[in-house]
Amino acid sequence: MTMLDQRPDSQQEAANPELERRAERRESWRGFFHAVPAYAYLIAFFVLPLIIVFVFSFASRGRTGRPILDNWNLDAWTKLTEPLVSTIVGRSLFVAALNTVLCLIIGYAFAYWIATRPKQSTRTLLLILVLIPFWSNFLVRTYAWRILLDSDGYITQIGEFTGLWGRMLFTLPAVFLGLLYGFLPFMVLPLYAAIERIDWSLVEAGRDLYASGTRAFLKITLPLSRPGIIAGSILVFIPSLGAYVTPDILGGAKTTLLGNFIVTQFGAARNWPFGSALSGAILIVMVLTTILYFRSGARTL
Amino acid sequence: MEHDVASTEREAGAPGAPPEPAKPAPMTVGVVAVGLHGVTKRFGEDVIAVRNMDLEVRDGEFFSLLGPSGCGKTTTLRIIAGLDYPTDGSVQIYGEEMGLKPPNKRPVNTVFQSYALFPHMNVEDNVSFGLRMQNVDQAEVRRRTGEAIDLVRLSGMEKRRPNALSGGEQQRVALARALVNQPKVLLLDEPLGALDLKLRQAMQLELKDIQHEVGISFVYVTHDQEEALTMSDRIGVMNEGELVQVGRSEDIYESPANLFVAGFVGDMVFLPGEIAATGAVRLKGGEIVQARTTAAPGTSITLAIRPEMLDLYGERSEAPSGRNAVAGTVTRRIFLGESLYYKIDIGASGVFDVRVENVPSAKRWAVGDAVIVDFHLEAATAFAE
Repeated sequence: MTMLDQRPDSQQEAANPELERRAERRESWRGFFHAVPAYAYLIAFFVLPLIIVFVFSFASRGRTGRPILDNWNLDAWTKLTEPLVSTIVGRSLFVAALNTVLCLIIGYAFAYWIATRPKQSTRTLLLILVLIPFWSNFLVRTYAWRILLDSDGYITQIGEFTGLWGRMLFTLPAVFLGLLYGFLPFMVLPLYAAIERIDWSLVEAGRDLYASGTRAFLKITLPLSRPGIIAGSILVFIPSLGAYVTPDILGGAKTTLLGNFIVTQFGAARNWPFGSALSGAILIVMVLTTILYFRSGARTL
Repeated sequence: MEHDVASTEREAGAPGAPPEPAKPAPMTVGVVAVGLHGVTKRFGEDVIAVRNMDLEVRDGEFFSLLGPSGCGKTTTLRIIAGLDYPTDGSVQIYGEEMGLKPPNKRPVNTVFQSYALFPHMNVEDNVSFGLRMQNVDQAEVRRRTGEAIDLVRLSGMEKRRPNALSGGEQQRVALARALVNQPKVLLLDEPLGALDLKLRQAMQLELKDIQHEVGISFVYVTHDQEEALTMSDRIGVMNEGELVQVGRSEDIYESPANLFVAGFVGDMVFLPGEIAATGAVRLKGGEIVQARTTAAPGTSITLAIRPEMLDLYGERSEAPSGRNAVAGTVTRRIFLGESLYYKIDIGASGVFDVRVENVPSAKRWAVGDAVIVDFHLEAATAFAE
């Protein structure tokens, strides 16, 4: 068992600490050289564009809306405090948070069900089914939802037949449906990996120690699947917050989310500094929350 | 550890000076702690893990289920714990029918083979888990958890996580976690399997002491016959899902019920032959030896003799009279420290394994020496094939 492996083993202590240190240093240099291409790629296509975005957020806006790299100022950043921005940010956070919770509830049940299938072949088949949607383009799949949700779409027809709902297209529920559909696999996969790894004898031990099925789940299975919950939540929350395609295609004018708002700044509104400031602000907030989330998770794991 | 040995010996003999009326003497009364009646467990269509098993574990008894891996002993334990349900038959714990009761409704606790400690809880939370699940009030949870941790001598490690403990310490946590609930019966599934030899031997004595101290029945699953012989009041030997023999250590070792038990418990020399006359066996090479048997003349049998029951002599005249004596040649000698192990070729009859205690008076033989293998009439048992 892994528990035993982690026992500090006195025999593994190096006889000569200086030799050991030198070997370690050599090893770390070799690792660095291996990583040079990856670093170069990241700097050219990730760090550099980010820096450009930050630089533009301090630029000024010409009369025609063309960004002028002169007259450096904080106008774009102060514009972030406007009520329209906070409304959109609030709505985006709500959508992303609710979508994460919905994905977590549905995804957990599904991942648990897959992970507890006794036959490995069944589990593999079910996982492939989860992945199949990725074989076609996300945009195409979102347009498919548009057809389903439109006036003569099947989902609308079912809703009208039962009298439960009408045409959902261009409303917030449509955006939720689209996001839930789009991001559920990102929740299911890490949850499956975490649940599948759980040693079921621990749950049996819990049952043997007077825990009912529900309490054994809450006290043992759930805490042990925490790494999956954290990973899945981050994988769903962050892209949901910046989602552009789904709200753009399935949402209406009243459902503008951050992603669409930023796109508008670079397009119709022709306000590149403001768009850059928005992007930069989101990035900072996301990085900070992710760090906090991981920290809190790592400590209690 | 000398003290431990003394206390276990005292248990077997007369009680110590101050008689303790609170503690019932084990094995004197026939209260049945665990009763299995006609228990059968099938997995799927053609796998029968346990076959029509009848077993009674007495109150306060240290009972071992011994058998090779895959013999159904762990399944039997899981059926008692309620982690598996029998396909057929019934389970009673202190007379109460268990039926389909889930494990959390049964008055037993289990020490799992891999300990199954909760990795996300420290020692204290692991130990107190069962009490918390029974909604025992906080002050009592704290008191009993402390006592259990003391019992297994882990005080000071309450806040450690299982992965920061050695194998032996993890084993103690698993034990404390089960005992803290004061179960009526403790079930142990090869709890010492993962420990090294020295630690295992120390833990055997300690487990026996703890069992004596808490005074409850232990049902102990093991494939290690030495462990079973050392610790148990009684042993049930299992093979291929069936309970083959139940008895005290001595009974199992000295009067095995069949060839399987003879071969599985302890070392045994097996020689093929047939019954020549009542109580006499003819070996393949023609030698006639006396043996315990119930088989009729003419039956093919296997003769079983313990290696330590055999003596070696240089000449037939040196051997005491009235015993069996077979001539052979030393083909191998292995020095084991406390004893010497010889292989003696007796021609067409087979090969004797002989263990001679390494004492100053013992004569040492070399490879190639002609010897007489000598054994008591009662030392050999013939089993019909």
